Amino acid sequence: MTAYLIKSVSVVGAAPTDLLIRDGVVAETGAGLTAPDATVIDGTGLVALPGLVDLHTHLREPGREDAETVESGSRAAALGGYTAVCAMANTSPVADTAGVVEQVWRLGREAGLVDVQPIGAVTVGLAGERLAELGAMADSAARVRIFSDDGHCVADPKLMRRALEYVKAFDGIIAQHAEEPRLTEGAQMHEGEVSTRLGLTGWPAVAEEAIIARDVLLAEHVGSRLHVCHVSTAGSVEVLRQAKARGVKVTAEVTPHHLLLTDERAETYDPVFKVNPPLRTATDIAALRAALVEGVVDIVATDHAPHAVEDKECEWAYARPGMLGLETALSIALDVLGPDWDLIAERMSRTPARIAGLEGHGLDPAPGVPANLTLVDPAARRTIEPAELASRSRNTPYARMTLPGRIVATFLRGEPTVLDGKAVR
Amino acid sequence: MRHLLSGADLDAATATEILDTAAEMATVAGREVKKLPALRGRTVVNLFYEDSTRTRISFEAAAKRLSADVINFSAKGSSVAKGESLKDTALTLQAMGADAVVVRHPASGAPHRLADWVDGSVVNAGDGTHEHPTQALLDAYTMRSRLGRLAGLSVAVVGDVLHSRVARSNVLLLSTLGAKVTLVGPPTLIPVDIASALAPGTDVSYDLDSVLPHSDVVMMLRVQRERMNDSYFPSAREYARRYGLDGPRMRRLPEHAIVMHPGPMNRGMEITPEVADSPRSTIVEQVANGVSVRMAVLYLLLGGNNR
Repeated sequence: MTAYLIKSVSVVGAAPTDLLIRDGVVAETGAGLTAPDATVIDGTGLVALPGLVDLHTHLREPGREDAETVESGSRAAALGGYTAVCAMANTSPVADTAGVVEQVWRLGREAGLVDVQPIGAVTVGLAGERLAELGAMADSAARVRIFSDDGHCVADPKLMRRALEYVKAFDGIIAQHAEEPRLTEGAQMHEGEVSTRLGLTGWPAVAEEAIIARDVLLAEHVGSRLHVCHVSTAGSVEVLRQAKARGVKVTAEVTPHHLLLTDERAETYDPVFKVNPPLRTATDIAALRAALVEGVVDIVATDHAPHAVEDKECEWAYARPGMLGLETALSIALDVLGPDWDLIAERMSRTPARIAGLEGHGLDPAPGVPANLTLVDPAARRTIEPAELASRSRNTPYARMTLPGRIVATFLRGEPTVLDGKAVR
Repeated sequence: MRHLLSGADLDAATATEILDTAAEMATVAGREVKKLPALRGRTVVNLFYEDSTRTRISFEAAAKRLSADVINFSAKGSSVAKGESLKDTALTLQAMGADAVVVRHPASGAPHRLADWVDGSVVNAGDGTHEHPTQALLDAYTMRSRLGRLAGLSVAVVGDVLHSRVARSNVLLLSTLGAKVTLVGPPTLIPVDIASALAPGTDVSYDLDSVLPHSDVVMMLRVQRERMNDSYFPSAREYARRYGLDGPRMRRLPEHAIVMHPGPMNRGMEITPEVADSPRSTIVEQVANGVSVRMAVLYLLLGGNNR
């Protein structure tokens, strides 16, 4: 195993130091380290962060390997500074059995670029009718702890209650896609001025807020952990704020795109901007940014959702919702939050690792800690070219935008997955 | 002007130019030989993803009166029914040398997408619940013909505004031309933020009777009975009682006011036969004016001042 000596790097924004990585862990830190056998990386001007952890990734395998595979998605993740991703369950077949989650877990191990932690479906086939074998998935080699029907809401309140209760047996958590389905039938974009002008059926904010309000009450009632996926509205932030003040065990994520892009992007009818929940208004963005800083929203999660070209190069109403996120998330966070490295580490690594229960992730580089870390060049700016992305898909909403920050290197248990800004394989 | 996708594409000068050109085109309809050579050798494709015989034949008549070659491409029975994408269809039409594509599509924004993929002009002939700009032009033409002006007119647009592409285009165009639009219907069928979304001067009312005495024009929109199954209103009868235009209501209008409907009508639902067949009704004129206005649009897009 090669050792790496990173010279004068700022660890999470602190004064520059040297980092020696050996045998999968951070062996030593301090000024003026030497290690004749180590490969030296000049860390001048770079910031070392604990490897990013994504709680919400669609890797599409099995079933849509034309859009993404576990391997291509893992590469995209590593290039984005991630060392662990949680793979959503809405594959084909659905990850609702021990067999499928173990397959995804094994594919992740084989790719070896990030730790791929499968998420299990809450209900059989994401149909929202009866519980999947949650215990079998928890006991499998994949050790599933997060369960989600993401893409669909667990809309039935009784089923949601049962799911929240049931997973307590193995310290599980239900990650809810909050969308009251009756209020969003045929919905194409945020309901508001722009949807009215464009003649696209609206997705009202209340459809998200009503489910979050219900679910925090359910979680409070049964004393369970609830995680809210992709919070997108100012109203949701208020519901979460009140629930947290009461001590409800709820956590919440926001996506990079909901922190940056508004519903006005739909005006071109280019479905690269179609996503679920939809892009909202500037008011919502301001509330989400403030909530993320404050901690009412706990983490940034990408909702990386690759789609084949033909599923986006069509009429808006016929396009699949979702956008790429892994390779741009840190840049968006830098753009939105500024170079507050402790906050970025907290929202994109430490807290998501804690929610997901991922051992060895989300730990600041320090002696003895597993060397899961990433090096960022905060001074670099790059223009996003869809064709240059490692994802198999091209549906980035940031095409030709110039964004701050560049991932220089990423290490997974001491092995580089990215060096000089390029994936090692 | 390269495409006509939205009422918002038209400023007052361009819209007025189209209406003036349409007036000249209308004189052709009175001739024994109803044909001009203006678009000889040009190809106009009618690409219809929805059944709409009246709009398609109106565009077909318009193109033929200008001597264009017309290709009717109906989604039914074509490769589209076999799942060909809009983009591939666009590239096919492009390869065939379409100078203009007139498109009717159930998905809002489909004409915008099409405009990205073809070199020719795209005319939106109705897209989903978005817009239908040539309908708004023919409505404006009809109002101007009957009432002599557009600026300062009070126009009530009544019915299912939420799902109406006719309403959106009319609000945009009529506001540009200085008319005052009031949208009338049950609150369930008036979309959120409609005034700020389209034209800030637009009014909304839920009470038809209070609007009628001040209206120069009443435009009744088609309301699908099936909407009651989605709880937009309790029943067809209740809708007709509250928002239908019948004889007594029509008599609340000022003497000069006209009644319009884009067709096809639901007689007995939003409009009674007494009103539809009255001298105030412009419904048949609207059809005739539609050909003239579409001639003007095709002429200005293909043969007019930008070539």
